[in-house]
Amino acid sequence: MIVEFRLNGEDVNARVVGPTSLLDVLRDELGLFGSKSACAQGECGSCSVVLDGEVVCSCLVMAADAEGSEVTTVEGLSTDGLNPIQEAMLRSGAVQCGFCTPGIVVAATELFRVNPSPTRIEIKEALAGNICRCTGYGAIIRALESLSGGEQ
Amino acid sequence: MTTPTRTRPTVTSGIGDSPLRPDGVPKLKGEFQYAQDLWSEGMLWGATTRSPHARARIVSIDIGPALATGGVHAVLTADDVPGPGMFGLEHPDQPVLASDEINYWGEPVAIVAAEDPDTARRAAAAVVVEYEALPPLTDPEEADRADSVFRRLQIRSGDQEVTGEVVVEGYYEVGTQDQAPLGTEAGLAVPDGSGGVDLYATSQFVHADQSQVVEALGLRPEQVRSHPTGVGGAFGAREDVNLHIHLVMLALHTGQPVKMVYQRSESFTGHVHRHPARMWYRHHATRDGKLVRVEAKILLDGGAYASTTSAVLANACYFAVGPYRVDSVLVEGIGVKTNNPPCGAMRGFGAVQSNFGYESQMDRLAAELGMDPLELRRRNALATGDRNPTTQQVIQTPLPVAECIDSLAAIPLPDGDDPILPGGSGLTTDRSHIVRGVGYSVGIKNLGFSEGSDDYAEARVRLTDEGAVVETAAIEVGQGLVTVLAQMARTALGISKAIVRHVDTSRIGSAGSTSASRQTQISGGAVMEASRRLRERILAHHGGDELDDLGVHRAGELIAPMSELIREGWEETYTFRHPPTTPPDDDGHGDIHADFAIAAHRAVVDVDPELGLVRVVRVDTAQDVGRVLNPVSVQGQIEGGIMQGVGLAVMEELVIQDGVIRNPNFTDYLLPTILDAPDVEMLLIEQGSWWGPFGAKGVGEPPTISSTAAVAAAIRNAIGRDLNRVPVRPEDIAL
Repeated sequence: MIVEFRLNGEDVNARVVGPTSLLDVLRDELGLFGSKSACAQGECGSCSVVLDGEVVCSCLVMAADAEGSEVTTVEGLSTDGLNPIQEAMLRSGAVQCGFCTPGIVVAATELFRVNPSPTRIEIKEALAGNICRCTGYGAIIRALESLSGGEQ
Repeated sequence: MTTPTRTRPTVTSGIGDSPLRPDGVPKLKGEFQYAQDLWSEGMLWGATTRSPHARARIVSIDIGPALATGGVHAVLTADDVPGPGMFGLEHPDQPVLASDEINYWGEPVAIVAAEDPDTARRAAAAVVVEYEALPPLTDPEEADRADSVFRRLQIRSGDQEVTGEVVVEGYYEVGTQDQAPLGTEAGLAVPDGSGGVDLYATSQFVHADQSQVVEALGLRPEQVRSHPTGVGGAFGAREDVNLHIHLVMLALHTGQPVKMVYQRSESFTGHVHRHPARMWYRHHATRDGKLVRVEAKILLDGGAYASTTSAVLANACYFAVGPYRVDSVLVEGIGVKTNNPPCGAMRGFGAVQSNFGYESQMDRLAAELGMDPLELRRRNALATGDRNPTTQQVIQTPLPVAECIDSLAAIPLPDGDDPILPGGSGLTTDRSHIVRGVGYSVGIKNLGFSEGSDDYAEARVRLTDEGAVVETAAIEVGQGLVTVLAQMARTALGISKAIVRHVDTSRIGSAGSTSASRQTQISGGAVMEASRRLRERILAHHGGDELDDLGVHRAGELIAPMSELIREGWEETYTFRHPPTTPPDDDGHGDIHADFAIAAHRAVVDVDPELGLVRVVRVDTAQDVGRVLNPVSVQGQIEGGIMQGVGLAVMEELVIQDGVIRNPNFTDYLLPTILDAPDVEMLLIEQGSWWGPFGAKGVGEPPTISSTAAVAAAIRNAIGRDLNRVPVRPEDIAL
C-alpha cells in the first residue's frame, strides 16, 4: 500500500509492505537515516520522532498508522546550523558515539517546545525513554539545564 | 633595556583545551554515517542461521528450501568456506561457520544473501539443520575439574608460609555483563571487481579484522581492505570479528555488495561478553591493619571459544591484590572453556572482576579490625617505586593511590534527600523506609597491551591545504579520539588547523586496538612524535626557528609561507611503541605492564530494604589521569564509565541457563536510564605518565573498575548485610 503523511513539513508518500514500522519506512524507503534502530522494542528511544505532537518510538509505530499524520524526525529540527538544543549538547560534550543523539535531540526539542523552562527532574523524566550508553547522562543534563536557566 | 623576544603563539584548540568534536554536528543532525547507514547500489542483504543448541552435533544441513526462496542469491555453509575457515583474536580456534559440532547457543551455521533484509532473514530460517543435541558443559567449576581450560596462571610472591594475626575469607561472584553498545554489529562488503573486497564494518581494530578475514578465507592480504567506519559504541564488543568474514564471503560469492545488520537479539549472541567470575579470597593482616598475605583463586568462564580470555584472566590475576602493598601473594587463575556464550573484552578487562573481590575483602578486613575502610586502604597504599605485589614489577609511572584516597575523602558528602526514590517511577517506596549507605572502592589497571606483546601504533601527519591532516586507522568509537589526536598535532606542530582522517588498512600501518585505554597514549604518541619530527624537518629545511599557521619564521620574519610548505608536500609517518613488557615467568613475575592508572570511588545509595530497591544517589571519584588533554572528554569518559559500573552493580546481567541467554533484548537486559544516573563529583589527579604523550594516561577504563564495588559496598553499609555477588538483585537485599 501507499501511505501518505507530512514529513518534516513536506508531503511524502511511501510504499509499505505488510507490518512495516515507521522507522523502517523512514530509513529504507525514504532514505532518512537520522532515526536509529537499536532495540526494536521501544526501550531505548534511538528511533524517537514526533508524531502529531507526541514523541514516539518509530520502531513501535506501524507505518500504515502514519497515514495523514505529521511526522518530525531529527532531520526536520534544524536547517543550516544547529538548533539551540543541539548547540548546547555540542558545547557540553553530550555527544560521544552519537547513536542515541538523534533520539535525544528529538525528545529534548519537544520538551523545550512544550515547557521552555523545565526543572532538572522534568528534564530527566522527559528523557527517561532515551538510553545513552556512553555519557552517563551528565553532559546531557548540563546541556539542557543551561538552556532552561538561560534565555527563557 | 631588554631585547624583545618573540614568544611562540599558543595554538588554539591544542592540548588542555576542549575543542568541539568534529563529528558532533553531523551526529546531532542525524547526518553522521554509521555502519548501519551504509548503502550501495544493487546491494544484497545478509542474514545468519544460528544454532538453537548450546552443544550439538550437526547431522545434516539442507540449504535447498532457503535457496529456493525468491530473491535469494546465496546460501553458504562451512563447505563453501575457502581456506582454513578458522578465526580468533588471539588464537584461530573458532570456525567461520560450524561444520560438525556446535559449541554455543547462537553459533553461526549458514549465511544468506538476498535482495532485502526480510527475505534474507526468512531464508536463513529456512535452512534445515538436523542436530543431535548433546549435554552442554556450563558449570565453570566442572570445566576446571575436567581441565577444559584456555589458561591457568599461578602467581607466587614472597614467603608462602606467612599467616596473619587477622584472617578474613570470602567467596564472590560477578555476573555476565554485556557491553550493549547502542549500535549493533553492522557492515557492508563491496567487491572491487578484481577479486578483492572493501570491508566497512563496526570495529575497534581494523587491521586485526583484515588479517583474520584474510587468514580464515585463505586470501592474499592485498585482496581485503578494511575501512574504519561509523561505530555506535563499542566498550569491548567490537574487538572480535563477527560478521566481517561472513560479509566478505558473501560479497566474493555473489560479486555484489552485501550489507548485514544484526538485530538486538542477534547482537547479544554476535559479540563476546564480560566474563562472569567466581572468586575465593583469603586476606591476612596484622592487628594494626598491615596486609601480610593475600590468597586468591579466580575462575573466569571464557565460554566456547578463546577470544581474549587468556589476557582477561591475566589482568584479573595481576590485579588480584589491588593497589596495595603485600609481600606474600598466592593467586591461582583459571580461564575455563565451556558451552556458555564466548566472553572477551569489556571495559575494565578482568580488572573489574577481581576489584569486586579484593575490595569486598578490604571492607571485610576493616570491619574485623574495627578500622575505617579508607584508613585501611591508605595504610597499605601502593606507590611509585614499589613492586606490584603480584608481578614484582617495579612501578615507574606516578601511582597516586594515597592521593586518590585522600582527594576522594575530601569531597563533601551529599546531605538531604535525593529527589528520586528507589524504584523510580514505580513509586512503591515510602521515604520513611529508606536507609542510606556509603561505600568505597579503589582500583588499579594496566594501560596498553601487556605480557610482552608488541604494542604499537602508526600515524601519519601531512601538511595540506586542509591544514595538518592526521592519518590513522585508530577507531573512533565515541570516546573522542578524533578530537584529541588533532589537539596533539596542533600543539606539537604549532599549527592551529588540524583534522583527523581515518584511512583503510592498505594505506597505513596498524594503530592497534581501540581498547585497553590505549589509543590516546599509543596513537597519540605516534601523532605527537610524527608532528614533532615533521616540525623539526621543516624548520631545518628552511633554516627557520619557528613554525606556525603562517609558515616558517626566522628571527621573527616569515621566510616560507604555509602555501609554500603545502606545495612542498611535507609528511611524516611514525610508529610509536610503549616501553617493552615481558611475558611472566613460572611465578607470574616480570615487567608485565607498560603503565598503570588508579581510580577511587565513593558511592552513596538509598535502599528500601523491604522491597530490595536501590537508588544510586552519588558516585564521587578521584582519578589518576596523567595529564588532562581534553577536559570535556575526560569528564565524559569518567561519567560514562561510572554509569556502566553502576549498571553492573545493580541491574545489568545476562541471564544464562544451560548455555542459553534468556534475556537477549533491552526489555529484559536492564540498562541504566537518565533516572538511574547518579550525580558525579570528580577530582582529577595530574601526575604525568612516565612515557605517555604530554604525560597522558588512558582514562576510559578506571571509572568502570571500582565504581561497581563501591556501589555494592554502599548497599552493604545501608542494610548491614553481606552481599557477595554483583549485580545486587532485589532478592539479595529483601529476602
